Amino acid sequence: MGLQAYTGPGWLLTKAEQLINWGRSRSPWPLPYGTACCGIEMMCALAASYDMARFGAERPSFSPRQADVLIEAGTITKKMVPVLRRIYDQMAEPKWVIAMGACACTGGVFRTYSTHQGISDVIPVDVYIPGCPPRPEGLLYALLKLMDKIQKDHPLRKQVVEALGG
Amino acid sequence: MDNWVIALIKVVFIWTWTLLIATLMTWVERRGSAMMQDRLGPNRAGPFGLFQPLADGIKLFTKEDIIPEKAHKILFSLGPILFALPAFSAYAVIPFGDKLIVNGKEIILQVADVNVGFLYVVALGAMAVYGIVLGGWGSNNKYSILGGLRSTAQLISYEVPFGLSLLAVVLVYGTFSLREISLVQQGTFLGFLPNWGIFKQPLGFILFIVTAYAEANRVPFDLPEAESEIVAGYHTEYGSMRLGLYLFGEYVNMYTLAALMVTLYFGAWHLPYIDMSKFLGPVSYGIASFLVFFLKTAFFLWLFVWVRWTVPRFRYDQVMGLGWKALIPLALVNLFITALCIQLTV
Ligand code: SF4
Repeated sequence: MGLQAYTGPGWLLTKAEQLINWGRSRSPWPLPYGTACCGIEMMCALAASYDMARFGAERPSFSPRQADVLIEAGTITKKMVPVLRRIYDQMAEPKWVIAMGACACTGGVFRTYSTHQGISDVIPVDVYIPGCPPRPEGLLYALLKLMDKIQKDHPLRKQVVEALGG
Repeated sequence: MDNWVIALIKVVFIWTWTLLIATLMTWVERRGSAMMQDRLGPNRAGPFGLFQPLADGIKLFTKEDIIPEKAHKILFSLGPILFALPAFSAYAVIPFGDKLIVNGKEIILQVADVNVGFLYVVALGAMAVYGIVLGGWGSNNKYSILGGLRSTAQLISYEVPFGLSLLAVVLVYGTFSLREISLVQQGTFLGFLPNWGIFKQPLGFILFIVTAYAEANRVPFDLPEAESEIVAGYHTEYGSMRLGLYLFGEYVNMYTLAALMVTLYFGAWHLPYIDMSKFLGPVSYGIASFLVFFLKTAFFLWLFVWVRWTVPRFRYDQVMGLGWKALIPLALVNLFITALCIQLTV
């Protein structure tokens, strides 16, 4: 019965999803996680003249519970890996990650014993930004890409399908 | 029956109005900070970014609600409620205009004209600290508890000069009712000044505004949530709408305090030298008094934002030193001088 009743997402569900996606994509509060030189570029993107706040990415909060987007900017050493994982786990769903710079993406120039070669095997990454360091425009572009991605999300559909027994 | 309906309308109106202003204030604060830092601030969500608070609200409401495993479940959930509830109810005794005469029926623009209005506001303002300290304690996090305790110490030090500066106002006007205080501020003082509280209590006003900033936990007294020292202070462990209640309650508090400043020191709904009730009809007078009151309040709300992005945060011992060594003696001196003047003139 449940399966027959469900013939695809209805008007109400899609509109509610659009509204939620709009809200989430317009207010991605960042958690600045600057571990090396890329952090300087991230601060620059937050400050005047680049001003990430235009997109609602304001109020950088240093408490992971309050943030939505983890901006991982910089080298991750082997000792930093558990810390990064823990910070990510402490964030509340829904959460997104931007890996900023060659170091965060692949380890970059530091092909050494101490450096973790890219954070993607520690936490799931949504947007990668190449560059050493990427310019603030790069970070802004990544943020816009992330906003596009959030808008394609279906935050309610899974629950509804489950509730209808699909 | 009719009175009930009117009271209900007033309650609903002031409730929605306060919420609307507090919501708008988050936008004003972000755009204002951007203006002072040569940025633009949020401008993508809706015209001029006006829907930014809406987007934040939607996001906070649909975020996962985390209660840390080691936290005290009941205190943790009670914290934001105890913080927001007094903030939302404090406006009840503060007027938002003079009166409206509809169909020969006089409607006073105030939810409740209580004869202990003052004490009600002060009591509810002090209640807010329970929300902060319980949230900080219940989180079971060292930064949260530091923030909570700081807030308690700050409140104890600043509640005394706050109360003493209000007491001087009571001495001047001889009443606790906020509506009666507003009514007597019509006319002129010493022949050329508007008959406003600030000209009778200049020192009292300075004391009041400083302590009001401390009561609202605003910069330069935002030690309970000093980001550069204790992560996010008492709300470190809070996410989703629980955090939203804390942030929102702060703006509601600001609105209440700004309205209190206008009521006590800036002539409530009176314009200087002009008596609006003389040449305006009963309905338009009511609306005009509401607008004048609101514009004055808006100025003080903007002052909150202005100060926040101008003055750096005090160190903790400086806050305590200022409270105990400067503000309390000054408040006592102010009270003494006021009492003396009243004794000599009456
Ligand atoms: S990518 Fe380049 S600029 Fe960025 S942290 Fe690595 S070395 Fe520094």
